Amino acid sequence: MIHSLFLAKEKAGDPENVAPVLQTPHHYLISIYRDKLFFVSVTQTEVPPLFVIEFLHRVADTFQDYFGECSESVIKDNTVTVYELLEEMLDNGFPLATESNVLKEMIRPPTILRSVVNTLTGGSNVGGTLPTGQLSNVPWRRVGVKYTNNEAYFDVIEEIDAILDKSGTTVFAEIQGVIEACVKLSGMPDLTLSFMNPRLLDDVSFHPCVRFKRWESERVLSFIPPDGNFRLLSYHVSSQNLVAIPVYVKQNISFLETGSCGRLDITIGPKQTMGKMVESLMVTIPMPKSVLNVNLIATQGTYTFDLSTKVLLWDIGKLNPQKLPNLRGSLSVQPGAPKPEENPSINIDLKIQQLAISGLKVSRLDMYGEKYKPFKGVKYVTKAGKFQVRT
Amino acid sequence: MSSSSAFNDEKGGSSSVGEPEYGHDPASGGIFSSDYKRHDDLKEMLDSNKDSLKLEAMKRIVAMIARGKNASDLFPAVVKNVACKNIEVKKLVYVYLVRYAEEQQDLALLSISTFQRGLKDPNQLIRASALRVLSSIRVTIIVPIMMLAIKEAASDMSPYVRKTAAHAIPKLYSLDPEQKDQLIEVIEKLLADKTTLVAGSVVMAFEEVCPERIDLIHKNYRKLCNLLIDVEEWGQVVIINMLTRYARTQFLNPNINESLLEEGGGGEKTFYGSDEDEDEDDEEKEKEKKVEAAAMAKRKPYVMDPDHRLLLRNTKPLLQSRNAAVVMAVAQLYFHLAPKAEVGVIAKALVRLLRSHSEVQYVVLQNVATMTIKRRGMFEPYLKSFYIRSTDPTQIKILKLEVLTNLANETNISTILREFQTYIKSMDKDFVAATIQAIGRCATNIGEVRDTCLNGLVQLLSNRDELVVAESVVVIKKLLQMQPEKHSDIIKHMAKLTDNIQVPMARASILWLIGEYCEHVPKIAPDVLRKMAKSFTNEEDIVKLQILNLAAKLYLTNSKQTKLLTQYVLNLAKYDQNYDIRDRARFIRQLIVPTEKSGALSKYAKKLFLALKPAPVLESPFKDRDHFQLGSLSHLLNAKAGGYQELPDWPETAPDPSVRNVEVPEWTKCSSREKRKEKKVEKPFYSDSEGESGPTESADSESDSASGSESGSGSEGSGTGSESEESEEASVSEEEDEEEEKKTKKRESKKPVQESESEQSSEEEDRKRERKSKQRKSESESESDEEEDSESDSSQSESEDSESEAEIKKKKKAAESKPPSKPVKKDTKKEKKEMSLLDLDDFEPTPSPQVTPVNNLLSNSLVTDLEGLSLSDAVLSPATIAPSSALKSYELLHRITGEGLSVEYCFSRQPFSPDANMVAVQMHFTNNSTSDTKNLHMEDVKLQSGMRVKDFPEIELLPAGEKATAVMGIDFCDSTQAANFQLCTHTRKFFVSIQPPVGELMRPVFLTENEFKKEQGQLMGMNEIAEKLTLDAKCRNEHAIVQRVTTAANLSRVPCGSDKECRFAGRTVTSGSLVLVTVASREEGAAQLMVNCEKMLIGTMLVKDILLALTQ
Repeated sequence: MIHSLFLAKEKAGDPENVAPVLQTPHHYLISIYRDKLFFVSVTQTEVPPLFVIEFLHRVADTFQDYFGECSESVIKDNTVTVYELLEEMLDNGFPLATESNVLKEMIRPPTILRSVVNTLTGGSNVGGTLPTGQLSNVPWRRVGVKYTNNEAYFDVIEEIDAILDKSGTTVFAEIQGVIEACVKLSGMPDLTLSFMNPRLLDDVSFHPCVRFKRWESERVLSFIPPDGNFRLLSYHVSSQNLVAIPVYVKQNISFLETGSCGRLDITIGPKQTMGKMVESLMVTIPMPKSVLNVNLIATQGTYTFDLSTKVLLWDIGKLNPQKLPNLRGSLSVQPGAPKPEENPSINIDLKIQQLAISGLKVSRLDMYGEKYKPFKGVKYVTKAGKFQVRT
Repeated sequence: MSSSSAFNDEKGGSSSVGEPEYGHDPASGGIFSSDYKRHDDLKEMLDSNKDSLKLEAMKRIVAMIARGKNASDLFPAVVKNVACKNIEVKKLVYVYLVRYAEEQQDLALLSISTFQRGLKDPNQLIRASALRVLSSIRVTIIVPIMMLAIKEAASDMSPYVRKTAAHAIPKLYSLDPEQKDQLIEVIEKLLADKTTLVAGSVVMAFEEVCPERIDLIHKNYRKLCNLLIDVEEWGQVVIINMLTRYARTQFLNPNINESLLEEGGGGEKTFYGSDEDEDEDDEEKEKEKKVEAAAMAKRKPYVMDPDHRLLLRNTKPLLQSRNAAVVMAVAQLYFHLAPKAEVGVIAKALVRLLRSHSEVQYVVLQNVATMTIKRRGMFEPYLKSFYIRSTDPTQIKILKLEVLTNLANETNISTILREFQTYIKSMDKDFVAATIQAIGRCATNIGEVRDTCLNGLVQLLSNRDELVVAESVVVIKKLLQMQPEKHSDIIKHMAKLTDNIQVPMARASILWLIGEYCEHVPKIAPDVLRKMAKSFTNEEDIVKLQILNLAAKLYLTNSKQTKLLTQYVLNLAKYDQNYDIRDRARFIRQLIVPTEKSGALSKYAKKLFLALKPAPVLESPFKDRDHFQLGSLSHLLNAKAGGYQELPDWPETAPDPSVRNVEVPEWTKCSSREKRKEKKVEKPFYSDSEGESGPTESADSESDSASGSESGSGSEGSGTGSESEESEEASVSEEEDEEEEKKTKKRESKKPVQESESEQSSEEEDRKRERKSKQRKSESESESDEEEDSESDSSQSESEDSESEAEIKKKKKAAESKPPSKPVKKDTKKEKKEMSLLDLDDFEPTPSPQVTPVNNLLSNSLVTDLEGLSLSDAVLSPATIAPSSALKSYELLHRITGEGLSVEYCFSRQPFSPDANMVAVQMHFTNNSTSDTKNLHMEDVKLQSGMRVKDFPEIELLPAGEKATAVMGIDFCDSTQAANFQLCTHTRKFFVSIQPPVGELMRPVFLTENEFKKEQGQLMGMNEIAEKLTLDAKCRNEHAIVQRVTTAANLSRVPCGSDKECRFAGRTVTSGSLVLVTVASREEGAAQLMVNCEKMLIGTMLVKDILLALTQ
């Protein structure tokens, strides 16, 4: 059964190309591939595939949440906790408790300190009290939360997905955003988050805690927050608004018709950055398979070329508008191989702090239901999502 | 739902996890012995008193299970600890127990008593967990115990325990299917549960155990719909999927009139939707009459069951869920159940899912691909979201390509082809091949680009990559096969390519093409054969075979020129090294060269070689996949998976909707259907007497306003009376009502007191009469019963009750005691019905809608009435009204200039079915002369660039004194430029021109209030024009405003919470730009008009026109 998955993987070459649903003579395998691991579930009967896929991702998220990372070794080291978790998350194949807060109430995440204490005192990772979260009508929040410093932080993270063509014209661009929250407030606070320009948000999906009705009528986010980190909202900025493209790329990658070499010349400059600094600039170019090696000079940052995957990676760092980073040099191509048909596409990664490129602004956060004054903070970051330049 | 993660797959899955370790275990026997030893200390640890030791032991045991090692011999030692106080130990024991109980049944029984004790625990969580483990122990002998436990738990006080009971049902069912009947009883009981916690789990049990018992859902249907939003996400998925199936068995197909309505579906459908109630009324009336009931029902416009609407309305917010499975479930529900015009809402949510994990993308794209085949329009705005990135996994790329191909149409094909061009250069060759196929499909589907595509593909023939060339040749071959006569030049071109192209596959394909269509290239074909004969010996085998084929075909069609060549080639082949080729040569020679020996077959050589080969069909692999419920595993695999429940076809006639009525409707929980019934009954009162304080006063004003409206506005008034039912719900005073109230108050003050007294007394009489009539009338019983029910339930204050009674009275009065008004009412109803029938005819694709002016006027007023009413209806579907207001006629040709022929035209506001971008212009021809006019047609159309005209069909004969109508379509390109043309008869030509008022350049669209606001928000600044105005004295109520605006422009009204504001929306016909109009009225007739439109020119002109309409 599992064997057929590995067969499929071998056939596909790249694990990303393994179909999420496989049919074996007696079973259906529904799998996800995450962090170099396959999470597989087996079913014999009809079930909505997304139901399973979504659940498997939730499982992986939970592992990530509990163990800090989700890798083979971590899962092997924590088999018992994994078992306990799955036991709570599933009952006879039907999802039971998938809310991180509820799970943490039942099974405490392992920490080094706790494991030391546990070995000394014989304590356990399993909550001494029975979980009550599942019983309440706010299952995402534990009762009796107490903090000395009450704080609520919100990160507005926007990603630009774009395809630019050879000449730099935007073929397609859109902005996806999420608001990640870290709320550490005592008691049962009821928060209301409002925006200066909620009309920007075109398509939204919420954490279950958000009251949909109020969003519909007033365009404010009203919610009793889960305790700790969670994703409050993900949104899409309406495509009618023009998307600002923060950088431009001047590129010339060419392969000679005869002879075994090619040229590469890439310059990156700022375009619409709203006066902010572009950081963590990184360029990734998957080269054609026939490229043997590269011989380049970067005016800024460092480049590496992976000989097996043929991926050229240029780590630039901060973008200096006065002195534009440039990478140029020659590519050596396998002798005798035909000239590559396609010029490789250029993928760009970047980060701009203190800017939400869509212009979204949080106007205020109000708290009801509790007396104390919390610390509040909003941070904005813009990143490149799937930002691709065709050549 | 028996999916389980591999890690937790107790039944066998775990054994494969640990295989590698087994691999070296048997190598050394010592390990076995040490295993035993280890087990010994584990046993010791388990027997100790210290929880920490027990815990450590259990952890090691569970780790063993996880690695796939057999730990079953520890069973006795472990099971002893089932009653352990330490919760973690306990939990691990449960894990162990569930894993091994089936193997060690006898020992497992030891633990049962512990669980039985647990089931009685005062703590609900302990009860639940005991039941959970008990039901997971797969030991047949305890089935009765389980059954008992489940039954008890199903009536537990705690919803959490009841939820666990629901989870236990499928477990028991899989252990012993014979328990089905008893389990169904439990399911039925749990289905009636009112808590959100239980709902998801019990529906899951229902789906697993008895999905065919759809009858169990009836009574719980409305409750499930209403609870849905609060159920946890996994439960939502299960419930939505089940309700989709349910709805398919219980409601009528909302798109049943699709074929009739075709293009303009949107507006019209909601139009019908909005007057549901009224239609029901009609229905009752019909029953009363029992005349032509059957015939009417057949042609009656579709009416959506309110329960159907409830489902659609309550699932819609879930499109915003963060859970992809929930979004998909709602999307498939809308796809399978919603009227065509409303399905569009799911597109945005599905496109959002495309940003999720690649597995989610994969599943969503599969479903989108199926949807795009049926409902292309829905995803067109999101075309760019399906553009492919070089970093996408191949399977995603190919699915996106599929969607792009499905979305291609005349307007976007150039963009799509440009995209495809970049894809062709990709390094991913499978993807390139798929792209070439996609281009082929675009070319077959869209005639306009066929040549472009072909040319593009021909260029690809010189590609270096063999795969690309082969794929292109195959696709070209297919394309040419469809219409070879047109493309002899391409065949010629390909013939030339044989000099350059070296890829054998491509050469072979070209040769096949030339052979197949040698008659289209009679000169070139023999020449190609000549060249091929020359190079024959150096060709690859597949090419040689095709050379033989070519030679044979040429010999049969053109033996004069090719006889020798063929002989030569056959001779060469005869001595070829490859036996296939030698065989083929022998075979062909026998077949085509007539000798004495050759058999009967050679007569048929032509038929054998030159038979017409069927053109290959290029169609989407996703065609017809929608017979599987979307989002299901079966749909994804395109094969039925075990346990898949077929999505039934819509029933021909709707089953009795009353099965969903709940016997004891409580006021608070009363489902919308009852509410609406209530409304229906009470409405006439409210609309008349709303806002009045005292009962006596209200009685007064009621009668007043009634008489006022009846006498004053005649047929129109009666329309309001009967149809206003829906608006009552909203109960926020409508402007109309206010107006009336004001009027009545004024009158009141003037009137002498005695009159009101007499009124009252007459009313009392009426009441008595009415009661009698109630007894008499058996048909009305059901209705009145419900009335009473709802009234008593409503527990409203006495005064209201009396008021409502008065209302009933009034209604009855209107129906009975006032004979003159009665016929009028009925008449209008009848006429209305006719009108709707006529409307239906209008939508038929065939041109020339025969709408007589009288009908138009009537329908307009009625429709505007309806419009006003449906707007404030919050409970019903957000409904718009088919745009229709008095059609203004314009003169095209005067009687005198036309020498007796006069022509008028009007903008019929019907969708012009041959071309959606055209405005339908209805022409009325009148022949006032004494002689017949023949061959009435149009010629010499002069248009501004971009404009297009679809001529009206020629009128062969228009006898003297007769009239005729015809419809033409004009694409004005969103401008008010005139279309000039000549109107020709058999004798004369007349220059005429049609210039549209700006308001006719748009068609109504349906928007909800929120959509309207959102769209408005995006059309600010330059795109917004606001104007202050003073409303005409006759036009100070909502009603009149709506009428005037819709007369001036072809817009539909947008529901709006405020009664001071009227909103309208439309799209320009050609470019589809949104046009949003808001009229906000203030005191004293002051008002503000605001138009938001991307096309500023249109906006400006529209403001002028509407301003004029409102101020005059």
